[in-house]
Amino acid sequence: MEGGTKVKKTQSFGKIMLYVTLIIASLLAVFPFYWMFVMATNPSHLINQTPPVVIPGTELVRNFQNVMANVDFFGAFKNSFIVSISVTIGTLFLCSLAGFAFAKLDFPWKKFWFAAILVTMMVPPQLGLIPQYFIITELGWLSDLRAVIVPGLINAFGIFWMRQYIKDSIPDALIEAGKIDGCSTFRMYWNVVVPAIAPAFATLGIIVFMNVWNDFLWPLVVLQDSASHTLQVALRSLNDSYVNDYGMIMSGTLWATAPLIAIFLLFNRFFINSLTQGAVKG
Amino acid sequence: MYKDKWPGLLFISPFFLLFAVFGLIPMLFSFYLAFFSWNGLGPMTFTGIENFRLVLEDALFWKSLSNTFIIGVMGTLPQLIIGIFLAYALNSTLIRFRNVFRVAVFIPYVTSIVAVAVIFGVLFSNQTHGLVNSILIGLGYDAVSFTTSEWGAKIAISLMIFWRWIGYNTLIYLAGMQSIPKELYEAAKMDGASIWSELRYVVIPMLKPFIIFTVFTATIGALQVFTEPLVFLGRSLREEGITIVAYLYRDAFMNNFFGTASATAVMLFILIMVITCVNLLLTNQIGRSKWKGGPK
Repeated sequence: MEGGTKVKKTQSFGKIMLYVTLIIASLLAVFPFYWMFVMATNPSHLINQTPPVVIPGTELVRNFQNVMANVDFFGAFKNSFIVSISVTIGTLFLCSLAGFAFAKLDFPWKKFWFAAILVTMMVPPQLGLIPQYFIITELGWLSDLRAVIVPGLINAFGIFWMRQYIKDSIPDALIEAGKIDGCSTFRMYWNVVVPAIAPAFATLGIIVFMNVWNDFLWPLVVLQDSASHTLQVALRSLNDSYVNDYGMIMSGTLWATAPLIAIFLLFNRFFINSLTQGAVKG
Repeated sequence: MYKDKWPGLLFISPFFLLFAVFGLIPMLFSFYLAFFSWNGLGPMTFTGIENFRLVLEDALFWKSLSNTFIIGVMGTLPQLIIGIFLAYALNSTLIRFRNVFRVAVFIPYVTSIVAVAVIFGVLFSNQTHGLVNSILIGLGYDAVSFTTSEWGAKIAISLMIFWRWIGYNTLIYLAGMQSIPKELYEAAKMDGASIWSELRYVVIPMLKPFIIFTVFTATIGALQVFTEPLVFLGRSLREEGITIVAYLYRDAFMNNFFGTASATAVMLFILIMVITCVNLLLTNQIGRSKWKGGPK
């Protein structure tokens, strides 16, 4: 009897500790977002006082109008959207096509090509940064969204990931049956493989979209005209030029962050599963 | 299997064509350019290993190297350790609202690094009315000018990295913990194992592949830190927080010294390869001795 209550007591102490840990961690994780909201909704004279204001104010619209007066926010938003959607769709197509080839087709030097793809994942992207910049200049793509979209289509991880998925989820017998029916290889891919790997598209799609949306170094290097800036580059230039107008800077950050956060909150289970699954498989 | 070889080759060709133009040629050209002096416009002059000598003799290069290591260790080591405890807490069957906590700790990862750096730039503002400084003043300390002080800049940048990535690593560990067979936990409970020994003898050894994965990604990520210092320190890229990639960017795209920047890129590549190998050796040791000495 006594042993039983003792176990219960240590269990409830452990339980309280677990809750305290998780609540503190959650508050620390969410707090910067709250602070961003406080700053984005207050006029700068309330932010620039000591101590600073700590509750949300009423200047949400005014601060955002200031953002639009200084950078082309919606233009940058549109650029980010075009780039992210194009790269995502292009990557899904190319990676599933190559993944299908590696999983189910036979061709010369198959093992070598696959190993080559894996090796490319180990090279840091900064190694080729400078010559890449000159190639883009030669192509006349500076400040052109193609500079971000076309090189963005190379995705070794995506091919690796799609290969694993197609290998595991599509039985060889299905491919054999298609072959006997005289189905061409591309029709096989399009009519049989593509519909069967919808979950893989969703998962890889989320990973690619998020990475492209949040990318910074490469867009910063090649998108030099402000008309071609993506949101991240625009946000940086806003932050760099108006150091003291926190209300405006935080408003820009809020509206640049909000869409992705909103989508995340709506589909969080799906998002978290995709991102961890993608990571663990890679 | 289709025996016709052309469809397969055709299907993989877009990757290799794009990779040749935007990946392989630039990489090889970087090695070539590292031995030339070039400002991007005029003729390229062969200078042998001069670029490497210039970079290695530049005090700022060594500063950026040591900054990268210090920020890397401060920004990633604590999150890998705390992440295991957080994942353990999230995995506990005693906890309700697990999904709410899961979402809360993960949400920073969905934010862009630029946004994180902007937000932390405001939190760690040099002004006395910045939040962190007003807290410091409230506690009776002096205000710190974070972007220009030796440790202030490094602490702020490390915290950005910590904050954005801890939830991600926690969820990787959580996924790992959920793959551990329930019987193992139950056996440990039957033996009267404390939380600590359960972590040490059951969870950590079983998590080994997941720990290896996070150590690898965190190390490679830490060596490539760029956005945080660039946004937080602004155009000046002061030496208190400059990292290797920021040094490379500054050399190439702010000063037009493309030869020395390429030499830096080559050294970064070698550094990443060496550290990855060292990592491979070290992570192999995780949990090994514990398994041998641990209960059967």
